[in-house]
Amino acid sequence: MIIIGGSGGSFDLILSILQGLDKEMNMPIVIILHRLKNTKAILEDFLQLHTHYTVKEAEDKEFLKTGYIYTAPSDYHLLLEENFRFSLDTSEEVNFSRPSIDVSFESFSRVLKENCCGIILSGANQDGAIGLQVIGKNGGETIVQDPKEAEFTAMPEAAIAKYKNHSVCALNNIIKKLNYYAK
Amino acid sequence: MIEFSDLEEILVLIQKQYGYDFSGYSRASLLRRINRFMEISDIGTIVHLKNQLVNDPDKFNGFINEIVVNISEFFRDPDFFKSLLNNVFPYLESYPKINIWTAGCSFGEETYSLAILLKEMGLMQKSRIYATDISAKALEKAKKGIFPNNNFKEYSNNYFSCGAKESFNQYFVSDGQKSIINSELKKDILFSRHNLVTDGVFKECQLILCRNVLIYFDEELQNKVLQLFYDSLPVYGFLALGNKETLRFSAVHDKFKIIDKKEKIYQKIK
Ligand SMILES: C[S@@+](CC[C@H](N)C(=O)[O-])C[C@H]1O[C@@H](n2cnc3c(N)ncnc32)[C@H](O)[C@@H]1O
Repeated sequence: MIIIGGSGGSFDLILSILQGLDKEMNMPIVIILHRLKNTKAILEDFLQLHTHYTVKEAEDKEFLKTGYIYTAPSDYHLLLEENFRFSLDTSEEVNFSRPSIDVSFESFSRVLKENCCGIILSGANQDGAIGLQVIGKNGGETIVQDPKEAEFTAMPEAAIAKYKNHSVCALNNIIKKLNYYAK
Repeated sequence: MIEFSDLEEILVLIQKQYGYDFSGYSRASLLRRINRFMEISDIGTIVHLKNQLVNDPDKFNGFINEIVVNISEFFRDPDFFKSLLNNVFPYLESYPKINIWTAGCSFGEETYSLAILLKEMGLMQKSRIYATDISAKALEKAKKGIFPNNNFKEYSNNYFSCGAKESFNQYFVSDGQKSIINSELKKDILFSRHNLVTDGVFKECQLILCRNVLIYFDEELQNKVLQLFYDSLPVYGFLALGNKETLRFSAVHDKFKIIDKKEKIYQKIK
């Protein structure tokens, strides 16, 4: 499955990625996007307009299924259980973030090992760098948006600084890679 | 660092030695918490961890306090409290005596928030709040009612967002760093230990709040605890869950009416 971490400047990128995915693709996708607390859930509605997948917010103890894009709810960390159910968690913020990309990447990688592709997009903090390294070390695929192209470079740069073996890609190549990965 | 495969033997150990049953807890969350505990206590291996837990009851208490998640805030999810004011309080008014249970009360933020609203609505004199938690340390802090000032701005915003009209700060005395809650708000609250996994019904309550606790349990344990709440409520009593928790998948689901779908407020109807 595919897990995407994004922060400031990532929203449009995610839309472009979703639009670029092959129409027969149905590998589950999880999106961890830093978002404001107590705001209305328009993110899912918006994403839905741009994809053949069904988009929904991940619910506690729900099974991860193909054909779905799941978003992490704001103000909760999103974890994966060994039986492929989600768990939500309100423990302390990590990297000033809840949901934290690090937390989800580590948790998903622990269960999925090599069967997991992690992506870090634009963002103005360091969240996700440790998590993406964990995915890489566990044999998963790891992709970082090329900082030259990112609106905020801190997040991709932190991921690259932490671990050398990530693929660093421009947006169109991220899309190509994902279409290939899902085959 | 420990892995899923190490978890079960630790759970068996603490069950045997201390009688705590964590077998129904979310493994993903437990694993995170235990690894965090090991990191902050400088414990490198599972053997070391087991040694510490077996030989040092103090360490074990620290362990329990760390693996349960005590994060909370005053008037968390203001829309929830607003709905409580509008949809539940009018019912409660009709009772001569109101018993309320806040299960998993953590440091007391939620319980005191409720007490503030009860007071403002003139219901406090006839209310009694039973605030329970598994964590002795959390209860001790809750009883003291002392909170660091750094989040008070947000708490005050939450307070106004839920429709309250007075001032949040009037309920505290502050020394600039931390604030202590007025004793007047404390006097009708009883803080006590209650483990949702192993302890039963202790009182009939017209309103039960149990928010952001069930997410740490697996489906089976969630069901068991929801049955306990069902058994603790009179017909027409209210149950409120956390924003991301639901009765939808539970066995008692059809014995409740939905009062507020989004804010997860339910009423027992049979
Ligand atoms: C995240 S806090 C929720 C605090 C508050 N209800 C809120 O929503 O802000 C979860 C609380 O549940 C408590 N808890 C965990 N397991 C429990 C159990 N088996 N019995 C009672 N309380 C438990 C923890 O100690 C913690 O204080």
